[in-house]
Amino acid sequence: MEKLLEVKDLCVSFGTHGGEVQAVRGISFDLYKGETLAIVGESGSGKSVASQTIMKLIPMPPGKITNGEILFDGDDLVKKTDKQMEKVRGKDISMIFQDPMTSLNPTMKIGPQIMEVLKKHQKLSGSVAKERTIELLRLVGIPMPEKRINQYAHEFSGGMRQRAMIAIALAANPRLLIADEPTTALDVTIQSQILELIKDLQQKIGMSVIFITHDLGVVANVADRVAVMYAGQIVEVGTVDEIFYDPRHPYTWGLLASMPSLDMTDKAELLDIPGTPPDLTNPPKGDAFAPRNRYALAIDFEEEPPMFQVSETHYAKTWLLHPDAPKVELPEQVKRRVRKLAASFDKPVLAEGEA
Amino acid sequence: MVKYIGRRLLYILLSLWLIITATFFLMRLAPGNPFTSEKQLPPEIKANLLAHYGLDQPWYAQYGDYLLKVLQWDFGPSFKYKSQTVNDLINTGFPVSLVLGLEAIFLALAVGVILGVIAALKHNRWQDYTAMIIAVAGISVPSFIMATVLQYVLAIKFGIFPVARWGTFMHTVLPAIALASTPTAFIARLTRSSMLEVLSNDYIKTAKAKGLSEFMITIKHTLRNALLPVVSYMGPLSAGVITGSFVIERIFGIPGLGSHFVVSIGNRDYTVIMGVTVFYSIILLFSVLLVDILYGLIDPRIKLGRGKKGA
Amino acid sequence: MEPISKDRFKLVGLQQQGTDNVAKASLTFWQDVVRRFAKNKLAMVGVVLLVILVFMAAFGPLMTEFDYRSNDLGNKNQAPSAEHWFGTDDLGRDMFARVWEGARISLFIGLAAALIDLFIGVLWGGIAAYKGGRVDEGMMRFADVLYGIPYLLLAIILMVVFGQSLGTMIVAMTITGWINMARIVRGQVLSLKNREYVLAARTLGATMPWIMRKHLIPNAMGPILITMTLTIPSAIFTESFLSYLGLGLTPPIASWGTMASDGLPALKYYPWRLFFPAIMICVTIFSFNVIGDGLRDALDPKMRK
Repeated sequence: MEKLLEVKDLCVSFGTHGGEVQAVRGISFDLYKGETLAIVGESGSGKSVASQTIMKLIPMPPGKITNGEILFDGDDLVKKTDKQMEKVRGKDISMIFQDPMTSLNPTMKIGPQIMEVLKKHQKLSGSVAKERTIELLRLVGIPMPEKRINQYAHEFSGGMRQRAMIAIALAANPRLLIADEPTTALDVTIQSQILELIKDLQQKIGMSVIFITHDLGVVANVADRVAVMYAGQIVEVGTVDEIFYDPRHPYTWGLLASMPSLDMTDKAELLDIPGTPPDLTNPPKGDAFAPRNRYALAIDFEEEPPMFQVSETHYAKTWLLHPDAPKVELPEQVKRRVRKLAASFDKPVLAEGEA
Repeated sequence: MVKYIGRRLLYILLSLWLIITATFFLMRLAPGNPFTSEKQLPPEIKANLLAHYGLDQPWYAQYGDYLLKVLQWDFGPSFKYKSQTVNDLINTGFPVSLVLGLEAIFLALAVGVILGVIAALKHNRWQDYTAMIIAVAGISVPSFIMATVLQYVLAIKFGIFPVARWGTFMHTVLPAIALASTPTAFIARLTRSSMLEVLSNDYIKTAKAKGLSEFMITIKHTLRNALLPVVSYMGPLSAGVITGSFVIERIFGIPGLGSHFVVSIGNRDYTVIMGVTVFYSIILLFSVLLVDILYGLIDPRIKLGRGKKGA
Repeated sequence: MEPISKDRFKLVGLQQQGTDNVAKASLTFWQDVVRRFAKNKLAMVGVVLLVILVFMAAFGPLMTEFDYRSNDLGNKNQAPSAEHWFGTDDLGRDMFARVWEGARISLFIGLAAALIDLFIGVLWGGIAAYKGGRVDEGMMRFADVLYGIPYLLLAIILMVVFGQSLGTMIVAMTITGWINMARIVRGQVLSLKNREYVLAARTLGATMPWIMRKHLIPNAMGPILITMTLTIPSAIFTESFLSYLGLGLTPPIASWGTMASDGLPALKYYPWRLFFPAIMICVTIFSFNVIGDGLRDALDPKMRK
């Protein structure tokens, strides 16, 4: 498969009164054409910053890309100026945001908000753009689009607004769609509709999707691969099966164990992850997760773990994969899921490029 | 909409009635009656005069009479200048004041909005600081000091503009600037903070994610929403320009209603003071109504009559 | 791979029950406000100017042998000199003494207006919000109607009718000035009334005065403080405005407004007679305004940058 996006050792920080917050601390990942990658993590893990940095939407200053490359189709986006980025945004890469209540302009009719994109990137004239807008609204499942284009955002329900946002994002046939928690602010019943819509459209259009969420349940539904972020780093990445059935990082265990599921027996209680994420103005020494880790090793507090490779597609950043590490008992809730996956290596090895 | 305007009209009429009533009774409390200064009038002439102005009537008759007259757009006579009525003063003075006032309002809006937009777009950079220092200076210098300094420097010292009087456009420049200085500063600050508020909204991020340029985002998405508070400032702005005109017209010797008003204050010409006050109140209250309607028209979230709806 | 000593792979497990307390020692709200305020350079300039102003208002008149009221017709319209630091006016009165006497008057008017606004506003807004329902509706409608009256026009009429005294001037300034304060207090009380922690306090049996003291006043303090800070410059402006219209305080009171309007016609020949009171008016309005702005920014963490 062909790579659409390669992020290499990306670091982003924000200057604040209290010092420099290192929101993203050296993440690397690839995205293939037509693929859906989910980025999962708690709030403050840097997942939103990372995704907005791909479009260079973070305010700079105070934000700053301090290191790394973002190769989109081989082009480094980090080097592009704001003017050059205008040709990428909305056309090659587009984005939907968390809260459809606030991401649409309240004083502009829905139609013109979509037509803007068509006029900018496809140079369509007014009447053609209008035709296309109606078509787009129909595509995202908004009934009576001819009438809807003349309405304002406050006349739309939450789910309808998010559909309109999707129409905006898809207007110029982007190759990459970044969905930043697109269902978090919606009712549960609407959530699944929106997820289905995104999946459906992805297949029709053949774009790649980066799906940001804190909800693992959503991930299982939509993603091909999953990257788990903690404290500005990717701590584990693998296919959906690998993350759900053979997780290796204690943080991923924590996430899975704290996720309720229907087949749960009442014996197995939900397990929480104690504590709160670290202050990224002063990232802790060693493994950032160590203080909250039920399986912390002595070395976690001194040295940052390297990335270990578990299979062709599966990587995890934890000392537990070191050959000398003790074997630990998985939490009950995770243990029940785990199965042996054929693709796994016999033994984890250090990932390439790690010393 | 009709219901909303109807209700607003009711409040305006209530405010107006309060103003008329208050001024009427306050003026009766004023020391002496209008003719005290004119000494030794023969009693029969005095009685004639009082009868002529209706002052021999009991207070409730005078009050009712005054209310009725105001309803007919008649603000009564001047006690000092027998041949003149308040309506005469309004007819000759108000057009002049109106020209000056509109010029000042236009100037304040244009300069204030531009300063505010620049400050917000260049937030925390030198352009921002410069614009805000200009704005703070504008607020700190009362208009009459501004007017005096402008007149002294630009007209008397350098002779670029005429010193005073009314006639050509050049005559209007300095008074309009002096009149606009404080409102300009207010509008600049208002625009800036409202721009910053709008810029922090998600839909600006959406617009950026669409690939629109900063200029297009400002024009199509930010400015329109950021100007809504400026529109609601139009009411206080007109009030400021009207009261400001009292001193500015006097300094520049402009024959507007403001000058007449100040003269009548000096003369203690009670009926004129009362009439002009009522006239200005009417103008102000209706401009506030106009602004409210305008606001409702440009902000689709507001269903007039149902109040603000959640965004 | 470099060999790592085996004992470093000892399982140590959870080291902390919670990392919540790892966060930096958090400042209390007011400490935070003070810190943010102190960082605002313009506001600090305002504070320094204000301190100087208050100091000079207190001690300035004592620094000169001249009295602000005594005429000296032999020495009228003197330029600033070693003897008369700010010169003299058309009656030969010492401008230095008069300017600081004026500072007392202006600061007094400003403070009095702000305090009266506060008193009426807190009472009116507090009662309206506390009683709620029809009482609230009626009280606030009355305020709305009063608010529609252009206040400078009202001030002019009051000065004309009741004479040009300090008392009339303060009444004229506060007659509609309290409305803003009442609205703010009402808004704060209403929003706090339904806030969860106040409900929680009530269910725990807290009495209303206790809630007022513990929750309401600290929360409403900020907006009230800002409004008061901005009332003072507007009062000083109104004083000078009325003085300019010839409706100011009458001699021998030395107010900045009357001094400035007396000095205006003499600008060409005796500029210091306008310069000193005018600069005082500007500096005072400036410092209160930047202090008010600084407070607003410091109190509103949303605008924190």
